[in-house]
Amino acid sequence: MATDVLAAVRAIPDPEIPVITIEGLGILRSLTLDDAAGEVHVVITPTYSGCPAMRAIEDSIARVCRAHGLSARVTTQLSPAWTTDWIDEDSREALRRFGIAPPGPAGPGGATGSGGPVPVTLGTRPTGSPVAEVTDRHTPACPRCGSERTSVLSQFGSTACKALRRCDDCGDPFDEFKAL
Amino acid sequence: MSETTTAIQAAYLLGLGDDALIYSHRLGSWLTWAPLLEEDMALANISLDLIGQARAIYTYVGANDGTGRSEDDIAYWRDEREFRNVHLVEQPRGDFGQEMARMLWFSAYQRELYAGLAGSGDAQVRAIAAKAVKEVRYHLDHASQWVVRLGDGTPESRDRMVAAFTWVAPYIAELFQDDAASVAAAEAGVGVLPSSLRAAAEATVAAVLAEATLEQPAVSRWHARGGRDGLHSEPMGYLIAEMQHLPRSHPGAAW
Repeated sequence: MATDVLAAVRAIPDPEIPVITIEGLGILRSLTLDDAAGEVHVVITPTYSGCPAMRAIEDSIARVCRAHGLSARVTTQLSPAWTTDWIDEDSREALRRFGIAPPGPAGPGGATGSGGPVPVTLGTRPTGSPVAEVTDRHTPACPRCGSERTSVLSQFGSTACKALRRCDDCGDPFDEFKAL
Repeated sequence: MSETTTAIQAAYLLGLGDDALIYSHRLGSWLTWAPLLEEDMALANISLDLIGQARAIYTYVGANDGTGRSEDDIAYWRDEREFRNVHLVEQPRGDFGQEMARMLWFSAYQRELYAGLAGSGDAQVRAIAAKAVKEVRYHLDHASQWVVRLGDGTPESRDRMVAAFTWVAPYIAELFQDDAASVAAAEAGVGVLPSSLRAAAEATVAAVLAEATLEQPAVSRWHARGGRDGLHSEPMGYLIAEMQHLPRSHPGAAW
């Protein structure tokens, strides 16, 4: 019973990208069952400060615990700040199959690193900008045809955590989970 | 904050939260009006990040300043004079070039601010800032790319960007003004002195202007001031009325 509820909480899908779980996404930070109190304590962290899915995730956790006859105590924790590096391998593959290119590394030199400026190609502009830090340090392959030739349409896609890209070969637009 | 909490430190943090909330409101007004669908989404996403930052700051202040206010109390039940945001963020949206000029300055400022606050002596301020600084890098990147593209673009887009930086210039000094609250917060190790952020933010903007082949605008003869003391420009009253209308008409409404 105890392991059931813990497994069920781990398996809760992300409300915006239902092919991955909150555990696979790395936003489930800790999970403990207090048998005596009949309570599950869950610590979650938001992907982005303004992530609108947090309330839905809390509701899902409460619902799953209730279904097991338990109450849920959900704590939101900001530190350490979530990073896309916490997304596990299975989830990355699930994202790819779903049509979302998984994120590149967010470590040193990436969006969170203190590495120097990275040149960026601006649409038809051939020269690199010395000022942009986060764009295009990682070129994801097209999740549909696998081509490595893809370009950024917009760093801000259909949700806070995604960028919009286009495949230069098959021409399809696709979402990229952007490194953070 | 705990025992070291003082009203003045709360005031400092509210100023930062108000900057984020009010700018998020202005960015939200671009929805369906941006020049491209992708920009509708980008500006809304940036707005959402800023709302998230404001919520985290308001929640923390309300829980620790002795008032017990919720984030909604702070956002919707204060009057104009109680808002401590700078004038830059309350100005109505102009053309897209003006928005990119404003966003470039604001995100260049916020990046230095949050990078500094990531070393705050207050654990929750540190946590909020460490998260926010990663988001702001994307905002800065977005504004930088558009300023370069438009500044070094067609004669029309260039003229618009020149006009945009002239428009935004009088609002910049206020971002880096050391008021009593920021001095107290910095002395307590909670905040950072706004004036200490200026050189780095200016260097960021200067590098983008150079890449965009734009000149620095002439120094303005007047400067906005008073936002941190609750003295705002005329558009702020209209903004507050629009932003607070729903909760004030239907107190306690929730969904």
